[in-house]
Amino acid sequence: MSTVAPPPQESSDSTEVPELKVVTDATCTFCGCVCDDMELTVQDNKITKAKNACVLGKAWFLNHHIEDRPDATIEGQPASYEQAIERAADILSNAIYPITYGLSDTTCEAQRVAVAISDWIGGCVDTTTSVCHGPSGIAFQEVGEVTCTLGEIKNRADYIVFWGGNPAESHPRHFTRYSLMPKGQFLPNGRKDRTAVLVDVRKTKSARAADIFLQVKPRSDFELAWAMRAIAKGVEIDPSIEEQTGISLERLTEVVEGMKAAKFGVILFGMGLTMTRGKHLNSEAILSLARDLNKYTRWTAKPMRGHGNVTGADNVVTWQTGFPFGVHLGRGYPRFNPGEWTSSDLLARGEADAALIIASDPMSNFSQPARDHLEKIDSVVLDPKLSETAKTATVAFTTSTYGINTTGTVYRMDDVPIPLRPAFDSPYRSDYEILKAIEKRIREKQLNGNLSS
Amino acid sequence: MPQLLIKGGTVYDPKNNIDGEVRDIWIQDGRIIDAPSDVSTKADKTIDATGYVIMPGGVDMHCHIAGPKVNTARKMMPDDKRLAPMVHRTMHTRSGTTGAVPSTWATGYLYSGLGYTTAFDAAVPPLAARHTHEELEDTPIIDKGFYVMMGNNHYIMKQLKEKDPEKVKACVAWLINSAKGYGAKLVNPGGVEAWKSGQRNVDTLDETVDGFDIKPRDIIQGVARAVDELGMPHPVHLHCNNLGLPGNHDTTFETMKALEGYRGHLTHIQFHSYGGDPDDQLTFKSEVPRLAQYVNENKNLTVDVGQVMFDKTTSMTGDGPLGYFLHKVLGRKWFSGDTEMEAGCGIVPIEYRNKSMIHTLQWAIGLEWYLMVDDPWRIGMSTDHPNGGSFMAYPEIIALLMDRGRRQEVLDKAPDGVAERCSLADLSREYTLYEIAIITRASPARILGLQNKGHLGTGADADVTIYSRDDDIQRMFELPRYVVNRGEIVVDDGEVRSNAEGKLLHVAPDFDLDMIPDIQDWFEDHYTIQFRNYPVDQNYLSNPEQVPTTVPS
Repeated sequence: MSTVAPPPQESSDSTEVPELKVVTDATCTFCGCVCDDMELTVQDNKITKAKNACVLGKAWFLNHHIEDRPDATIEGQPASYEQAIERAADILSNAIYPITYGLSDTTCEAQRVAVAISDWIGGCVDTTTSVCHGPSGIAFQEVGEVTCTLGEIKNRADYIVFWGGNPAESHPRHFTRYSLMPKGQFLPNGRKDRTAVLVDVRKTKSARAADIFLQVKPRSDFELAWAMRAIAKGVEIDPSIEEQTGISLERLTEVVEGMKAAKFGVILFGMGLTMTRGKHLNSEAILSLARDLNKYTRWTAKPMRGHGNVTGADNVVTWQTGFPFGVHLGRGYPRFNPGEWTSSDLLARGEADAALIIASDPMSNFSQPARDHLEKIDSVVLDPKLSETAKTATVAFTTSTYGINTTGTVYRMDDVPIPLRPAFDSPYRSDYEILKAIEKRIREKQLNGNLSS
Repeated sequence: MPQLLIKGGTVYDPKNNIDGEVRDIWIQDGRIIDAPSDVSTKADKTIDATGYVIMPGGVDMHCHIAGPKVNTARKMMPDDKRLAPMVHRTMHTRSGTTGAVPSTWATGYLYSGLGYTTAFDAAVPPLAARHTHEELEDTPIIDKGFYVMMGNNHYIMKQLKEKDPEKVKACVAWLINSAKGYGAKLVNPGGVEAWKSGQRNVDTLDETVDGFDIKPRDIIQGVARAVDELGMPHPVHLHCNNLGLPGNHDTTFETMKALEGYRGHLTHIQFHSYGGDPDDQLTFKSEVPRLAQYVNENKNLTVDVGQVMFDKTTSMTGDGPLGYFLHKVLGRKWFSGDTEMEAGCGIVPIEYRNKSMIHTLQWAIGLEWYLMVDDPWRIGMSTDHPNGGSFMAYPEIIALLMDRGRRQEVLDKAPDGVAERCSLADLSREYTLYEIAIITRASPARILGLQNKGHLGTGADADVTIYSRDDDIQRMFELPRYVVNRGEIVVDDGEVRSNAEGKLLHVAPDFDLDMIPDIQDWFEDHYTIQFRNYPVDQNYLSNPEQVPTTVPS
């Protein structure tokens, strides 16, 4: 019953070269910034210019080419699409403990079908959130979050703290488009009206952009954030905080007083916080600090999400199941337990017997035990490229690339949904189309009583 | 197309003045049709409804079931689902979770199971309209739509200050068209912007909103006027300032007076009817009589209640400062989300306890509203789901309204002070089935301007609920025997049998398109997405129905 809207009509600039096409207001899905002001010049199924794109976006668009691969392979051999769908549906519907994983680099439309498949077959569904900002999701469930859209930061934030991230290199346009540099509605002088702090374990490129750099000792983010909460509340802190965290009490007090004096502040935190010692407790400390400061002025916090549509994945899995990631549907209803039903953990324990992997490459980044197990079990893999995971797949589909070849919806890191305007067609099918076909075949098998288990 | 006949039921169809008469209902192509003139015509399927009670499908005019705020609450509250009943996957239907904020598939099934066939989400920031549409598409069976928040929209506030009503009107229409929404919603007009800017809140209709040099009164009147002039089927849908604060009845009264000359719907009015001192909770009391009398005397106004029930729930609101207030009072986890240029959001879990004098009074104040508005056509049933309680509590509310003794039982056990701080004990009124049919279907449909909903006349959408008569009124309304949605039997004896996709109801008011460039200039100066990527495209909607506007002559 889900549908994907046909792509909006694009105006083609009629120049002497008839193939030349300019797509305006296109969206870059490379990182969580999801900048939607791309102006793509397209010639012969190649993007030749990507105006407004950052260095990462340019690489994403300009290096994109259609690979010469079969539509699908079964056990590494080229297979017809129909055969591949049939085999995929067999694998998934015959599995006892199937998992679905990935999802952060595809459209919400495809994500919705992936969750539907997981539900119909009673599997687990999990996204790359569980290996990036999963701890922030857990912290969110503990203390909530005081947050805002990126436009609020642009228009109001006169005090910005970047913590455990290096946006200059990971989210290059964040500074210029959303946070640090732009002139805002209530900040007519842009950068001059803002104070910026960077908290990190090393002096990255982003430090140059900050007014204040706090080089926190590795593995002491929690202690630092907790001390800041205390200072904000007027609780006395022992000067030994400097030995623990590398930041003197005096310096820290100065920063906290600056934060309290701001009109609107934001803490933008990255995986340097969530994936170090303390994990969700670190995120919890940051979320609590931002929350507490609302007693004095307005403060917000926001995780800097990485993948183009990981925020959409969190949303889709939540609205369909009630939980954001690490969901088990094997009892016929959703249950949530990170660590138990998160894919990397579950595979490392050797538990799943089949996998559906969408737009993600766990064979490149999961632990060795998880990779060993994933390699052993039957898997269905959807990817535009021949990823390490696609190489080991039982059934692999070559897909078109979201945002470049397919329409659909993605959610920016601040949950703002943005439509995609594709640049050119791909000879390959979209994730949505393939997943829809797999779902249809699985349902036919179920409704005809063809299930072997 | 096949015909369905619902034969011999006792029909309550207030719009058509049918009060418990035995009638046959013929259905074809999803609509109610005239009985065939040839009396020997046999329907393709007949439900023998002899002895059953027939009503139009329920219409929930104010709930929170889809979009960013609702989904954030789902994300934030795994604890709420742990012990709640699960929705199991069946051969034809999807699984889901319940608790205060059910997942999308569960929401559709639960509403249908209750005999409700239409529901409107009450608070969507237009920037997140696309998200809301996606969720509503995954909310099966029921027809649905939503209201677009614009009470703190910067462009509207700017044009109100410039005293340019044409631009206000254009912006209201542009927002509704862009979001593919149904109604115009004001949430704490001016107060949410005050929260976002650090001003914290506005306390009266005449306090100036920092940075905009206008007052809540200007926003209320300006948008009410625009909605009327655009001929929107539903009047301005207003969440008044100062929700939940003791002493807020003055603000509510002022708001009612400010709406003179315009149509206005005041939502979850229960939360806005409190006397007492805001700094002393012990002075809390009901001020319903004063406000209900004003509503009774002023036909331009309608209300829904926002009934509080004793249970755990999650409060969710577009009212940012209210979220902070609840967080401070309750000390529970708190979400706040500010949306650029247009809106805010607050989410805090809450438990209403019958041992609390305040909560019991809130419960009583809601019931006072149902019992003190003389004309049931001007009031709609709501719990402001999930704020006052779940929509699943509607059968219990119906039982309370139909049985004075049941209300008294609660009052007898109520904490000291409740009885003398409200007039509930003195209200002997008991609702009839006919009146219940009004406040749960016919009046919400009329207030929404939905010609084809809330009744069983020829041409109406064939949304029909068939109840087994039962002395236990709550049980009767909890478990309809059959529910028919657009002609399809979707629930049979408690079992959901359909996974159909309901319609998305929206309006598309006409406006002066020459006004768009001015909106675009403002938009491009301040938003962080492209102007062209803001509106939801018509072809994005998978099963839409556009409800007409009527420009008044």
